[in-house]
Amino acid sequence: MPRQILLGDEAVALGAVHAGLSAAYSYPGTPASEILEYLVRLAAETKAFPAVWSVNEKVAYEEALGASFAGKRALVSFKHVGLNVAADPFMNSAITGANGGLLVVSADDPGMHSSQNEQDSRYYVQFAQIFGYEPSDHQEAYDMAREAFDLSERLGLPVLIRMVTRLSHSRSAVEIRDARPQNELKKGAGKDWILLPVNARRRFTQLLERQGEMVRISEESRFNVLRLDEKNRSFGVIASGIAYNYFREAAAGNGAPPSFLKVSTYPLPEGLIRKLVGHVDTVLVLEDGYPFIERQINGLFGVPGKTVLGKLSGTLPASGELTPDIVRLALGRKPLPSLPASGLPLAGRPPQLCAGCPHADTFKALNEALEGYAGSNVFGDIGCYTLGALPPYGAIDSCVCMGASVGMARGASDVGLHPAVSVIGDSTFAHSGITPLLGAARANADMTVIILDNATTAMTGGQPTYGSGEGLLRLIEGLGVPKEHIRTIEPLPKNHDKNVQILKDEIDHHGLSVVVAVRECVQEQRKRRS
Amino acid sequence: MKQDIILAGVGGQGILSIAYVIDNAALADGLAFKQAEVHGMAQRGGAVQSHMRLSDGTIWSDLIPKGEADMIMSVEPLEAVRYFDFLRPDGIVITSSTPFRNIPDYPDLDKVLDAVRKAPRSVVLDSEKLAKEAGTVKAQNIVLLGAASSFLILKEASLLRTIDTLFRGRGPTVLEANLKAFELGKKAALGS
Repeated sequence: MPRQILLGDEAVALGAVHAGLSAAYSYPGTPASEILEYLVRLAAETKAFPAVWSVNEKVAYEEALGASFAGKRALVSFKHVGLNVAADPFMNSAITGANGGLLVVSADDPGMHSSQNEQDSRYYVQFAQIFGYEPSDHQEAYDMAREAFDLSERLGLPVLIRMVTRLSHSRSAVEIRDARPQNELKKGAGKDWILLPVNARRRFTQLLERQGEMVRISEESRFNVLRLDEKNRSFGVIASGIAYNYFREAAAGNGAPPSFLKVSTYPLPEGLIRKLVGHVDTVLVLEDGYPFIERQINGLFGVPGKTVLGKLSGTLPASGELTPDIVRLALGRKPLPSLPASGLPLAGRPPQLCAGCPHADTFKALNEALEGYAGSNVFGDIGCYTLGALPPYGAIDSCVCMGASVGMARGASDVGLHPAVSVIGDSTFAHSGITPLLGAARANADMTVIILDNATTAMTGGQPTYGSGEGLLRLIEGLGVPKEHIRTIEPLPKNHDKNVQILKDEIDHHGLSVVVAVRECVQEQRKRRS
Repeated sequence: MKQDIILAGVGGQGILSIAYVIDNAALADGLAFKQAEVHGMAQRGGAVQSHMRLSDGTIWSDLIPKGEADMIMSVEPLEAVRYFDFLRPDGIVITSSTPFRNIPDYPDLDKVLDAVRKAPRSVVLDSEKLAKEAGTVKAQNIVLLGAASSFLILKEASLLRTIDTLFRGRGPTVLEANLKAFELGKKAALGS
């Protein structure tokens, strides 16, 4: 079998393609971006399926659901918080069910390398009461993606694969197999897909009736491995996903590993867990993310006669990602000797805006325009420009979630805060800024929205954007923003004074104004020219 | 046989290209490998590292445990020192002496290089000068790879074949410069 070098994200993507993928949708977000990046490249070569950067994750989910309705195999991928955006269609797709296989890939970011929280997508699997996989390595990521489509069609439900940053962004060799052909078009059964209460009640009951079957599938999955050490009944380990690798790493070179259960599928393989917990006195639960398994084992009252160790017991840190070093200590092994620290004070090197970045010029102008206002508030958003929070700019006061800057500026303005300024990028504006601006325009809210139009989704590597250039200006006008208060600036040092004046004028204006700062991302400019 | 390497540098210095060459060479040599890298926000001028693991057996963790790395290969001297706690007590540090000063509190360069030399084995080379000599200042990462090549468990021919694949599409001048950068790095390391 041929071996191919793939990122974890790419392994999932290629597994989906080889399972007969007919359509893929996503919105960029670290650590999930490389899934669709890879599919876009493959689609350009093969023309075998559309691979689409959608306007946002909710739209992406609905597009994939439509392809599933049509009987085709579809993939939708996003980072963990993207699943919040897509939660409405996601939850309801467990009721409609899937017709063609529907694979949802949600990439969690334990440790928050590039995210605002470390929520655990396994709770969504449980919330929607569907089936989920958690790969521990690249081969599993590929194999699970293939299997997930078959299972999705067998159950008639969407199936979720939970990735984490360390697997998404790790490269290794994967053995690939022959591709399966795509499905023929075959429309979904109408009544199942019309979620009127009368249908939804019936479909929900059917979903509940499948739960036992899903537990059995989980118990029989080849990805779950139970190994009992008959000689040692004192201690055992339950490890899921990438934490399983850290366990095997930490246990290596110390004789046979203790009894363990590798958990790779959800709902939990209950029978296997009972066997492992029944076999030992003390069980250590290793999982990257929340104590999802540990909490279910403990329930409210704990397991009589057993000690369950993990994040809830304080054995492992409750936040941040696991590492082989943390797991080594939890297994009671001493740290390995290493080179002593050099004694040199290690100046930190945080990420920063690129040299020549247009956002830097906008922030400089904005900071100057706001001089003289006491307690001005600048609501930031998600993108490279969140780095405007750091020195030397210190230009934003909030960063919450995609599009929040516009709604928050409106709310702050409604209760009397002035100036209330929103700073949002063009891609983020298309994703979730349009609807709050529509509301603010109807109310002529006393606020200023600055849209940073760099013509790309920069932070995640330069994916296309929907609202840029002239089209963006027409869109803003169409939302009802008064034309005389739609201004554009070109953020360049030579325009600084002019830009400060325009920003001042619009901030002083007691009503809604939108300033669009138009200049291409320097990274994209470089790519285009090389 | 195994080798664990911390690749270090600053976002944009071509760490991932070094990793690409090593991954492909490992595949060609029939070795198992795992290589964890950093994407997203950190790439914007921040400290970047990649955990590169090579073995003829099973590799479990994508991350190298502290004290397990056999080598730190860094395109920037301060970044080399940052990961000392990953290095085995007898590990080797191969680094450029060329600082990347994009922070206000960058330490005195002599102190940084003194710190590098506290490692039991270190190879320090002026990657900027050697890359310029090879024909492009952008090839500093390949200078470092050349310097490390004699210490890697990979076949040199496999490394050179991948460099060829990586740069062939960018024209003969770029390819030649990178092959020369590899050679100059290798010679400098052996002579140091």
